Amino acid sequence: MKNKENTKGRIQLMVARILVYAVLIVLSILCLFSFYMLIINATRSNAQLQGGFAALPQGHFLENLRNAWTDASINIPRGMLNSFFIAATTAILTTYFSALTAYGIHAYRFKLRKALFTFILAVMVIPPQVSAAGYVQLCYKFGLTNKFWPLILPGIAAPVVFFYMKQYMESVLPMEIVEAARVDGSNEFRTFNTIVLPMLKPAIAVQMIFSFVSSWNNYFLPSLLLTKAEYKTVPIMIAQLRSADYSKFDMGKVYMFILLAILPVLVVYIILSKSIIKGVTAGSVKG
Amino acid sequence: MKKHKGISYAKWGYIFVLPFFVTYLIFSFVPQVLTIYNSFFDNYRQGLTQIGPTFVGVKNYVTLFTPDKTGTIDILKYAGNTLILWIGGAIPQILIALLLAIFFTSYRLKIKGQQFFKTVIYMPNLIMASAFSMLFFTLFSNVGPVNQLIQAAGLSEVPIDFFAKKVTVRTLICSMNFLMWFGNTTILLMAGIMGIDQDLFEAAEIDGANSVQVLFRVTLPLLMPILVYTVITAMIGGLQMFDVPQVLTNRAGNPNRTSMTLQELRHVRRHLGDHLCHHRSSEPGRLQQSLQAVQGSAPEAGPDLREAAA
Repeated sequence: MKNKENTKGRIQLMVARILVYAVLIVLSILCLFSFYMLIINATRSNAQLQGGFAALPQGHFLENLRNAWTDASINIPRGMLNSFFIAATTAILTTYFSALTAYGIHAYRFKLRKALFTFILAVMVIPPQVSAAGYVQLCYKFGLTNKFWPLILPGIAAPVVFFYMKQYMESVLPMEIVEAARVDGSNEFRTFNTIVLPMLKPAIAVQMIFSFVSSWNNYFLPSLLLTKAEYKTVPIMIAQLRSADYSKFDMGKVYMFILLAILPVLVVYIILSKSIIKGVTAGSVKG
Repeated sequence: MKKHKGISYAKWGYIFVLPFFVTYLIFSFVPQVLTIYNSFFDNYRQGLTQIGPTFVGVKNYVTLFTPDKTGTIDILKYAGNTLILWIGGAIPQILIALLLAIFFTSYRLKIKGQQFFKTVIYMPNLIMASAFSMLFFTLFSNVGPVNQLIQAAGLSEVPIDFFAKKVTVRTLICSMNFLMWFGNTTILLMAGIMGIDQDLFEAAEIDGANSVQVLFRVTLPLLMPILVYTVITAMIGGLQMFDVPQVLTNRAGNPNRTSMTLQELRHVRRHLGDHLCHHRSSEPGRLQQSLQAVQGSAPEAGPDLREAAA
C-alpha cells in the first residue's frame, strides 16, 4: 500500500471518507436529538409539556428535579440502587455462565454435545414471555415475591448470549492455546478463567453492556414480582409516576426521572466500551 | 479435539454446561410447560365471578383461529403485521450496521472521532422503549414539530395524522426500531470484525486485494457466524416486538389494528392476567392493573401521551 498509492486512489479514499463522515454525522444527529429532547422536556413544567413540543429549554429543571426527588410515592436513590444491583449481578452472571457454557460446547467433544447445542439453538427462539406467565405463577405459589434473586438467577441460562459467545469463540479461540495450557499442567477450570476469558474480553464487554441495559430497563417481570416500595426498580417507579392520578400527575417529573435513569447506564456503557477497544489489541491471537 | 496422552476431557464438557441446563430447567422450562398446561383451561374472571379453572381442551386455540364477524382471523393478521414490521425494521438495520462496522474497523479509512461516533450510535438503546415512543409521539403528533414544518412548507393544508394511516404508523415503528437498535447491531458486528486476525487483512493487502475484495473474500466469510447471530436475534426481537407499537398507537394497534403484533394478542394477555388474579386473590385488583399496564413496558402512557400531545 505504501508505495502503490497513486493520485486516483487518494481521491477515491477522500470521496469515501467524505461520504462516511456524512453518514455518521446524520446518524449521530438523529441519535443525539432524542437525548436533546429528553433534556429539554425535563426542563419544562407539566403545563408546558401538555402544550406540545418545544425546541429550547424552559427553566423548570430544578423544580422538576426537586419534585421528582421529593415525591412521596417513590424513592429515587433506593430505586436506582435496586436497579443497579439487579442489573450488575445479572450482567456478570449472564456473561460468565454463557461464556462457560459456550466453552463447554466449543472445546470438549462429549456424547451429548451436538444434542445440547441444538437444544439451546432451538429454545433461543422461544420468547421469554412464554415462560413468564408460568414463572410468575410459580413465584407467587412459593412466596418468591419481593426478592431480587428470582429476577437475577434466570440470567445464568441466556441462550442468545451463549450463542454469541459460541460464535465469537469460533472466530477467535484456537484450541492450540488451550492445549498448551494443558501441557503446562493447568486444570480445565483454571484454563478457562485465566486464559480463555481474557481472550473473550471484547465479546464479554459487549454482552455485559447489553445485558446490563436490558435488565436496567426491564419492566415486565420486576413489576409483577416486586410489590413492596423498598424493592421497586426504576422502570416501575417511572410507570408509577406516569399513572399517577390527575392531582399529582406531572410529566415534568416523569421526564426528569427518565433522564436520571439514563445516567447510570451511560456511565456503565462508557466504561465498558473502553474495554471493547482495549480488547482489540490485548485479545488478538495469532492463528 | 484430540485426546492428550489418553486423558479424556469429556467430563469437563458436562461440568461446564451443567449450570446453564439446571437454570434453564428450573427458570424457563418448567414455567413454559406450566404456561402451555394453563392454555388448556378456562380460567378468567367475569366481573366478580371467577370462571374456572376448567379443562377445556383445545378450545382456546380454536378461538384464536376462528374468524371474527368480518371474516379475518386475528392471529394470522397479527402474524402478518409482525412480519412486515420485522422486515421493515431488521433489514435496513443490519445493512447499515454492517456498513458502519466496516467503516469503523477499516484501517484504510482511519475515521477520526471514532470513539465519539461509536458511543453516540448506541445511545438510543439506553432510553427505555416506552420513553422513546413518548418522544416519537410528541414529534409526530398533529401539533408536533414535524406537522408544523410540513404545513409551513406548504406541503399540506391540514396536519397529517401520522397515527391514523397504515403506512405512516408502520414507517414510524420501523424507524424507531431502527434508531434504537442499529447501534447495538453495529457494536456486535464490530466486535466480530475485531476478532478477525489482523494478519489476514495485511496479507490480503500485500497480495494486492482491493477493499471490495477484502470485504467479500476475507471480512464477510469470517464474520458469518456473528452475522448469522445478528440476523437471528433481530428476527427474534422483531417477533417479540411489543412496547413500541403499543405506546405509539395508544394500545389499540391503530389504525384498524394493522400495527398489532403477535405479542399483543389480547387473548393471551387476558388469560395471563386472569390466571394470576386467580392465584393471588388477596391483591387481584392491583395485579390485574399492573398486568394490563405491562406486557413489555408501561403502555399506560398511551392516554397521557394523547393528552400531552393533543
